[in-house]
Amino acid sequence: MKPFKILSPCGMLGYGFPEESFRRGMEMHPDAIVVDAGSTDAGPHKLGLGTAIVSPQACKKDLTLMITAGAEAGIPVIIGSAGGSGARKHVLWTRRIIDEILEEHHLKDRKIATIWADIPKDRILASMEAGKVQPLGLAVKPLTPERLEKTTGVVAQMGHEPFMEALENGADIIIGGRAYDPSPFAAPAILHGCDPAYAYHLGKVLECAALCAMPGTTKDCMLGTIEEDGFIVTPLSPDRVCTPLSVAAHTFYEKDHPYILHGPGFTMDLSGCTFTECGNGAVRVTGSRLSWDAEYRIKLEGALQVAYRTFVLAGIRDELLLSRLREVEDLVVRQVQRYYREIDPDTYTIHFMNYGIDAVLGETEPNPTPGHEAGVMFEVLAPTQEMANMICATTRSTFLHYGYEGRKSTAGNLAFPFAPSDIPFGPVFEFSVYHLMQVPDGKCMFPIEYDTAGGER
Amino acid sequence: MARLYDLAKVVRSKNSGPFEITLDALFDDPAVYERVKRSGVITKELIARLYHVPEEHVTTLVFFDPACGFKATFARRVSSGTCLDSDVYGAQQHVPLAQVEIPDEI
Repeated sequence: MKPFKILSPCGMLGYGFPEESFRRGMEMHPDAIVVDAGSTDAGPHKLGLGTAIVSPQACKKDLTLMITAGAEAGIPVIIGSAGGSGARKHVLWTRRIIDEILEEHHLKDRKIATIWADIPKDRILASMEAGKVQPLGLAVKPLTPERLEKTTGVVAQMGHEPFMEALENGADIIIGGRAYDPSPFAAPAILHGCDPAYAYHLGKVLECAALCAMPGTTKDCMLGTIEEDGFIVTPLSPDRVCTPLSVAAHTFYEKDHPYILHGPGFTMDLSGCTFTECGNGAVRVTGSRLSWDAEYRIKLEGALQVAYRTFVLAGIRDELLLSRLREVEDLVVRQVQRYYREIDPDTYTIHFMNYGIDAVLGETEPNPTPGHEAGVMFEVLAPTQEMANMICATTRSTFLHYGYEGRKSTAGNLAFPFAPSDIPFGPVFEFSVYHLMQVPDGKCMFPIEYDTAGGER
Repeated sequence: MARLYDLAKVVRSKNSGPFEITLDALFDDPAVYERVKRSGVITKELIARLYHVPEEHVTTLVFFDPACGFKATFARRVSSGTCLDSDVYGAQQHVPLAQVEIPDEI
């Protein structure tokens, strides 16, 4: 088998990367350029609202380099989890940017494959009734037909199979909807004949680009080379090196187990891996194992709107108030609730976060002692934006002038950095669907469409 | 005694999906890693106590020798990015673990 090379420009499409690193990568004659564009890290509202993680300008800047270089070298450009959440809106957002690039660079003949990852609710409902939908994690709330109905839209993470089919059909550019992050990397390698264990393990490394190098970053390029019996990761900036420890440690990153990974249709075991230095900052990995699961299960993701928020940021410097901040906040809440006695207090939440005391860790904070100043963020969560605005305004004015016992700073308790002080945030979402669904195979839920920017199908 | 924060090369936390937080401690000296591992201090019970979750919500605690590190994963009390979450990426939740004292070896 001829070694197969994949260039990963950055850990998130739109995060940017040094052009020199990318050019160095292209000089090494990669067989594909692959980038991950998705994440659930930023929370459920991107999926809920259909908004992107990065700006369209940043996405276009990265994609322009990738698409023009890919066309020049005659190699495919593959995007996984387009637009961040990989739903229809996000895929179309990415498509518009790509069309602009292809138009501007006279590349309208490039064959584009679009892979949709939206899962119809009636399909999920039928699977729920057949007992083929299971929550993924102890903290996931049960999925009822009512909660599914209220969920904005559901996507599923695809494996390598749809990407591979698009490549077999001659796609030059693949815009993948929501995907398991390593899948778009694994697909061209598996098609080439590489061991799927190495293809997916390399994908797991490359989806974060140079994060496994030292110093690690998602904003620089990395080259992966799969051989018969292992793979090599090579940083493409002279300022970075991989070490056996840095690559081994990366297998830990943002997943629940250090060496067992579950992907669509498979389980990977990296406990037998060896990591060896092979010069020029590159590291060779062997011993990755992968087994296909008896049942093919895909991970579903869906977001549900649960409230509207209005919030205020303020600073507190007075030592007496700092020393009894939590107590005063509780008194403020009680006064607001009394003022709005016509509104059931269970329908809204007034919530304080005291930065400088325990805002980040809450009750697990080992040292909740105030310093000389604190930043307070308080928010109101309510069923409508108007109600959140209204209660937040009352909370703000009550807190600002609250006459706690012994107060010396009688002109006001809060230093607002901004005017106006109250910021209507809009809707708040939660992940209502984070479930595994059993499906017949890796392709049937992910339809593919082919065309060109010129409109040819 | 030494704090884990001072012994480890990397101590970090991150979401492992929106419903879990995963804690990693990685060491650059295998001897220090072995000392931490042998100390017996790092247990699921400890993680449960530090993070105020029931012990059965600590789903993983594994030492992984090739990477000189251990990982612990627990179910979030509030899922990422929804009402009352304080750390959407789960990126600053390592601190209670990092303060843990590891005894010296005699």
